[in-house]
Amino acid sequence: MTKLTSPNQWLDPKRYVVYLGFVLIFAFFAITLADDGFLTTRNLSNIVLQTAPATIMAVGFVFVLSAGEIDLSFGSITAVSALSAAVIMQEHSMLAGIAAGLGAGLAIGWFNGVMVAYLRLPSFLVTLATLGLFAGIARSMTNLRSIPVVNDTFTGIFGSGSLFGIPSLILWTLGAVIVGHVIYRESRFGAHVLATGDNANAAQVAGIKVPRIRLAVLMASGFCAGLAGLLYAGRIQAAKYTLGESDLMIVIAAVIVGGTALNGGKGSVVGALVGSLMMGMLNNGLILMGLPVSDQMIVRGLIILIAVAISLRDNTR
Amino acid sequence: MTRSTAHNEGPKSDHTPVLKLENIHKSFGGVVAVEDFSLQLKAGEIVALVGDNGAGKSTLIKIVSGVHSPTHGTISLDGETVTFADASTARSQGIEVVYQDLALADLQPVYMNLFLGREAVYGPLKLLERKKMMSETQALVDELDVRIPSAKAIIRDLSGGQRQGVAIARATHWATKLILLDEPTAALGVAETAKVEKIIASLKARNIAILIISHSLDQVFRLSDRICVLRRGVQIGVKETAKTSKNEIVSMITGVS
Ligand SMILES: Nc1ncnc2c1ncn2[C@@H]1O[C@H](COP(=O)(O)OP(=O)(O)OP(=O)(O)O)[C@@H](O)[C@H]1O
Ligand SMILES: [Mg+2]
Repeated sequence: MTKLTSPNQWLDPKRYVVYLGFVLIFAFFAITLADDGFLTTRNLSNIVLQTAPATIMAVGFVFVLSAGEIDLSFGSITAVSALSAAVIMQEHSMLAGIAAGLGAGLAIGWFNGVMVAYLRLPSFLVTLATLGLFAGIARSMTNLRSIPVVNDTFTGIFGSGSLFGIPSLILWTLGAVIVGHVIYRESRFGAHVLATGDNANAAQVAGIKVPRIRLAVLMASGFCAGLAGLLYAGRIQAAKYTLGESDLMIVIAAVIVGGTALNGGKGSVVGALVGSLMMGMLNNGLILMGLPVSDQMIVRGLIILIAVAISLRDNTR
Repeated sequence: MTRSTAHNEGPKSDHTPVLKLENIHKSFGGVVAVEDFSLQLKAGEIVALVGDNGAGKSTLIKIVSGVHSPTHGTISLDGETVTFADASTARSQGIEVVYQDLALADLQPVYMNLFLGREAVYGPLKLLERKKMMSETQALVDELDVRIPSAKAIIRDLSGGQRQGVAIARATHWATKLILLDEPTAALGVAETAKVEKIIASLKARNIAILIISHSLDQVFRLSDRICVLRRGVQIGVKETAKTSKNEIVSMITGVS
């Protein structure tokens, strides 16, 4: 039998939307903002550093969407995790703070997951509710106060430090993307996530423990949001209830533009990274252009709309 | 289960039914889908299950495969009473199913569907052995003459007949004891139907028991050893194919004589 690869797999332009968009936006800013310092190493590395938390949230989100679920609550999880870590570190060790931050993320993810996987409530509604619930808890945890993070080791590991000359935020980003990519593409768990999102019935009769997969992806998302919370706290050396609040749209856009199907069964962790960098670049460029915040929001919204529309065209099942 | 004493041919005597259903009853809320159904299947035997739409045929297959549990009644495999908690238990017993809706993951490649839930993996991280799965899939589809572009093709890009071929290939690859086929040729052309019937005959030669649902009486008479008729959940009767006629089966299906 002849081995033909299905041709549209390689010629499909939608696979390259994110890379093309990335290059176009980069080129546009590189030309128009040449004199405003867009191309300086400092600015470019700033973009990567600033997008680190969003990229890590996006990695978790790829798993959730691919399994056919959604998590709207990750922004609130980020805030609760950062605050938990900061509060614990005021009295206890750094390790206790890290455990508290990541543990809070996992616990909230578990809570979401149990509701979705075992009580069969729609993840959209569950995580919409927990988005509000934990946003409220984040506010009441410290009475809206921001908590300083003074532990130098912590701020080094999760913020301003570096290893072999590479900023730690970049290492965290790379680590999350590589680990996420390998699990997603190369592991049996990843295959089961995709099968669950693709056809939960088929997955079920094939012996895949579908509820366990649903629980796992929501916990993965919680864990990633928790890690993102630590990175925020490390970088700005404080935790506040507003952390992660504005990431919802950016992360969803990054993941969709990066080639992950809204209905599950298909996606890309590397695509989400490029999508996230693209969003970061867009943010940065619009600020450098000197647009007022309201205009930035409008332009960003429109560009995200266009990018998402292109990525999803004919892609709906 | 008592084993036949006349001749001893190893653990599975010819007289021990591979599958034995006794007084199976299934209702969904108020709807009775299957009522008091009993049937025995021997190794290498093909039994056809016929009946009009909604007669309860698919429900019966889902009971045997563990998707539904019967409201009451017992299922025995090789003489041992079993209860299936879910579909994976039946699979581990060597029972394979080709569902009416095929149960394929549309956005995944053919080889991942073939190994769905049974992926070849290595190492503690359970990483996928894609090459191995691809080449085994390719060998299998070549052997069964399922014409697909490649083992890497995405299910969504295949024709209805090709998908059906993939679902059947998967079942034949894993089955050791019993295959349940729910309208396996409903979407197929003449040549493909002939091919599937050839595959079914080869399964019989492998001594696998087969329960096939089909609306084509021609096919049922070509393939089966016995025919079991269901009408609105009620088991009307079981006939030996060689000793009945299409007219008789039709009147059993419709209830009009
Ligand atoms: N999950 C379910 N919940 C409620 N009722 C069901 C369910 N599955 C089947 N039924 C009902 O049970 C009856 C038998 O359905 P079944 O699918 O077994 O029929 P069938 O013989 O396979 O028909 P067809 O030839 O159309 O495939 C129908 O009345 C159907 O509506
Ligand atoms: Mg049916």
